[in-house]
Amino acid sequence: MCDTCGCNVTPGNAHLVQPGGRLSKTADGREAVSVLHGLLDANDHTAAHNREHFNRHGVLAVNLMSSPGAGKTSLLEATIEVLKDELSIAVIEGDLETENDAGRIRAHGVPAIQITTGSACHLDAHMVHDALHQLDLSALDIVFIENVGNLVCPASFDLGQHRNTILLSVPEGDDKPAKYPVMFRAADLVLLSKCDLLPVLDDFKPENARRYLQELASRAPIIELSAKNAAGMDSWLHWLFTELAQLEHRSGELAAVSEPA
Amino acid sequence: MHELAVCQALIDQVEQLALKEHAQQVLSIHLGIGPLSGVEARLLQQAFSIARAGGVAAEAELVIDSLPLQVSCDQCGQTTDALPARLLCGACGNWRTRLVSGDELQLQHVELIRQTADDLAEHETSMQQHERAN
Repeated sequence: MCDTCGCNVTPGNAHLVQPGGRLSKTADGREAVSVLHGLLDANDHTAAHNREHFNRHGVLAVNLMSSPGAGKTSLLEATIEVLKDELSIAVIEGDLETENDAGRIRAHGVPAIQITTGSACHLDAHMVHDALHQLDLSALDIVFIENVGNLVCPASFDLGQHRNTILLSVPEGDDKPAKYPVMFRAADLVLLSKCDLLPVLDDFKPENARRYLQELASRAPIIELSAKNAAGMDSWLHWLFTELAQLEHRSGELAAVSEPA
Repeated sequence: MHELAVCQALIDQVEQLALKEHAQQVLSIHLGIGPLSGVEARLLQQAFSIARAGGVAAEAELVIDSLPLQVSCDQCGQTTDALPARLLCGACGNWRTRLVSGDELQLQHVELIRQTADDLAEHETSMQQHERAN
């Protein structure tokens, strides 16, 4: 019960707060109510719920972000080809239209859920939550979420992933991190993709990309790779296995805390 | 252009607050937004004029407070101003810094007019009648 929100006003004491009453407010009735919530609290709440789902099943969730055409789907195809006998993988695909990318993933024998966003430029936690209901998480090790190709909007929406991996492809130019600081600051790992093109597109200098990332105070590791000729794929796969091991370690600790001997 | 989605989330929050606080009208909504929030104040204003229509905030004004961008240095410990694409320490130039302020996307406070005690009493009576009817 409080004096500011009106929850204590009853027919018995209402006369006190009515105009002229002993406890009445200012004449125009204006009041400021302090809130201090994040604008995207509803999204963040669902994202936390998604993360709990992933954690409960020991599934590593990786959110892949980049501009359109940076090679997210090609990277996933190459990754699945190497890992499919060892790990169970599923992919959630976000695109404005078409099932094309999901079709490419399914051709490798891996389940893919396509989210078509219509005109929305990003995935949000609610869309991913709906997609999760179509997957059997207990049978999976890794879920990749391929976000809508866009270096602006997806950065603002937590999906419940454990890690953000951002691709920067050689044809885009090495100064993308400086142009899209909000996105690149969110990276836990940056992949310089299509590095097989470096000999022809020699104005892209990997060291410049590294410097721009450093100027964003980014501590994310950077891997140069090519899904086409497989250069650098080992480092990417090593990163994935390390993240999986860390997730298992964290789940083990949580289980030990919740079930004391 | 995700500002409309952000704005709809904002309006949902404000409408819930208005219901909880027994507000008959929302006069103004005050936000704090940092340069690294990923949201453009100008676009948010435009989106707000669409998103506010029809609800308790239909006449509300959106007031956006631009928050400063500041980093704290892991090396020298100083807190200095920075630029969105250049988050280096302003004192020693080190890149190992942490953001102190600048990525906020926050609803700070809402100015509203409450329902009068008469409205509340009437509401309480109708709720009691409703309970009895059930």
